[in-house]
Amino acid sequence: MDNNTVIQVEGLTKMYGDFAAVDAITFDVKKGEIFGFLGANGAGKTTAMKMLIGISKPTAGKAQVAGFDVYKQAENIKKSIGYMSQKFALYDDLTVKENITFFGGIYGLSRKRIKEKIAILLEELGLEDVSDQLVGALPLGWKQKLSFSVSLIHDPKIVFLDEPTGGVDPITRRQFWEMIYKAAHQGTTVFVTTHYMDEAEYCDRVSIMVNGKIEALDTPKKLKAQFQVDNMNDVFLKLARG
Amino acid sequence: MKRFIGFIKKEFYHIFRDKRSLFILFGMPIAQIMLFGFAITNEINNVDIAVLDHSKGATTTEIINKISASKYFSISQFINKESDIETIFKKGKVKAVLNFEKGFSKNLIKDHKATIQIITDATDPNTANTVSNYVNAILQQYQKELNKDIAITYQIVPQTRMVYNPELKSVYMFVPGVMTIILMLVSAMMTSISITREKELGTMEILLVSPIKPIQVIVGKVFPYIFLSIINATVIVLLSIFIFKMPVQGSLILLGFESVLFIITALALGILISTISATQQTAMMISLMGLMLPVILLSGFIFPISSMPLPLQIISNIIPAKWFIIIIKGIMLKGVGLQYLWKETLILIGMTIFYIGLSVKKYKIRLE
Repeated sequence: MDNNTVIQVEGLTKMYGDFAAVDAITFDVKKGEIFGFLGANGAGKTTAMKMLIGISKPTAGKAQVAGFDVYKQAENIKKSIGYMSQKFALYDDLTVKENITFFGGIYGLSRKRIKEKIAILLEELGLEDVSDQLVGALPLGWKQKLSFSVSLIHDPKIVFLDEPTGGVDPITRRQFWEMIYKAAHQGTTVFVTTHYMDEAEYCDRVSIMVNGKIEALDTPKKLKAQFQVDNMNDVFLKLARG
Repeated sequence: MKRFIGFIKKEFYHIFRDKRSLFILFGMPIAQIMLFGFAITNEINNVDIAVLDHSKGATTTEIINKISASKYFSISQFINKESDIETIFKKGKVKAVLNFEKGFSKNLIKDHKATIQIITDATDPNTANTVSNYVNAILQQYQKELNKDIAITYQIVPQTRMVYNPELKSVYMFVPGVMTIILMLVSAMMTSISITREKELGTMEILLVSPIKPIQVIVGKVFPYIFLSIINATVIVLLSIFIFKMPVQGSLILLGFESVLFIITALALGILISTISATQQTAMMISLMGLMLPVILLSGFIFPISSMPLPLQIISNIIPAKWFIIIIKGIMLKGVGLQYLWKETLILIGMTIFYIGLSVKKYKIRLE
């Protein structure tokens, strides 16, 4: 594993009985890359991601995340990664500030650092005026952006985003991707699953999972050339329909 | 540790910002204890009774005076013939008729034995039962007084003896039961709901991906409820002592210790429920059906276990509430110490360890 590889996966497999939810996938992700992890529902994306973030044990294969082994060093991995799930996951009955303080706290940030972070985040997101409002009262788009910022609160090496833009409007989606670019630009590796094929175009590299296997893995440009189509949507349809 | 404190602070925000939780936590215990103490009661007050006195002697007059002097009864009318009994029962106001046999006073002195018939309106069996018990008690009292003066024993009524709660105060029966229900409700139901809520909202996943350990998450979620349950138990005991004048014969420290033990048992059950339910609704249904009903029906709180069919008696043994009720009744009413209650205490401890072990196992399976 060279210094620039932050995720290295080799033959990673997850079996549920006889069924291989994830079937010997192999790939690696470079530092600062935006890595799109695509696939239809049930293709095994979420299962694969859960193994990488240390909440599900692989059946076979090797995987290292941020230089740590998923079998033995799950605790170290947890400190080095951020995670945002497809379900919105801040506390609705806590204020914006309280949410930031709470998540800063469980990642072990000092009180002083949390204060700094609150100031930075509120300014970046333009949420200064609502910092003492309950998160439940905010529009969904704001919540998603706040949720993403909170997943970056401990400056993780890698951030895992599980369908982060589900259900938000195109404008917010656009703004969300600007935030992703910014994070990647600052050196954070972004591992993102998505349904939206236009979002796949924004990724540096894209992998497409079909029935537990990675069927394609390259830059969007090369994939389009390989399948002789104009957009990622057609690449996906060609693969998914076999 | 700092993480843990932050976590607990967050839990208190959740609790204090949710009006429903607050109501269940603090409104419910007070409402329940008041309801059971004042409204739902087995006690009787000023029950109307009628008298059919065939004897009209000095003794019957004395007995009638005694009965009407007690606050439990008021003699609402005197009737002259047997056939009137049915008529007044049909009107519904009179709950009991005392029928003194012909020559009651004479028989008592001559044969040392006289018969009185207590006819009760058993459409409400509880009241009927209580009325007849109370009348018996008054007769017995009268008989005792008679026998004090005269060497010969006069026999009027069958013996009834009531110990520990001689006045049959129902609030003494209800306090242990209500306390058990409340602690069960708050500890088990509220924790299981609050843990499944995190699962449902997806925040549990975020917590599991964070460096905070699962055990810290669980203890952090449970801790506020230990604290609040202890407050609740204290409020209930204080209410029962100061409002219902309930005696606490035994050690308050032991009562506190046993209450904390039962709170932990209930919390362990709550955690177990949360590991098997995916949504808050499921957790609530399991708590209500699986915990509250057995606590109310099978713990001996309302229906005596000894009069249940054998299979139910056996089932009642696996209900923690049964043992806790025995323990608090023992401490509060009989004033006994740990030397009499060690078996029940050990059973509760054993159950708690079992539930915690089972939850840990289930939790691991869920995380694979």
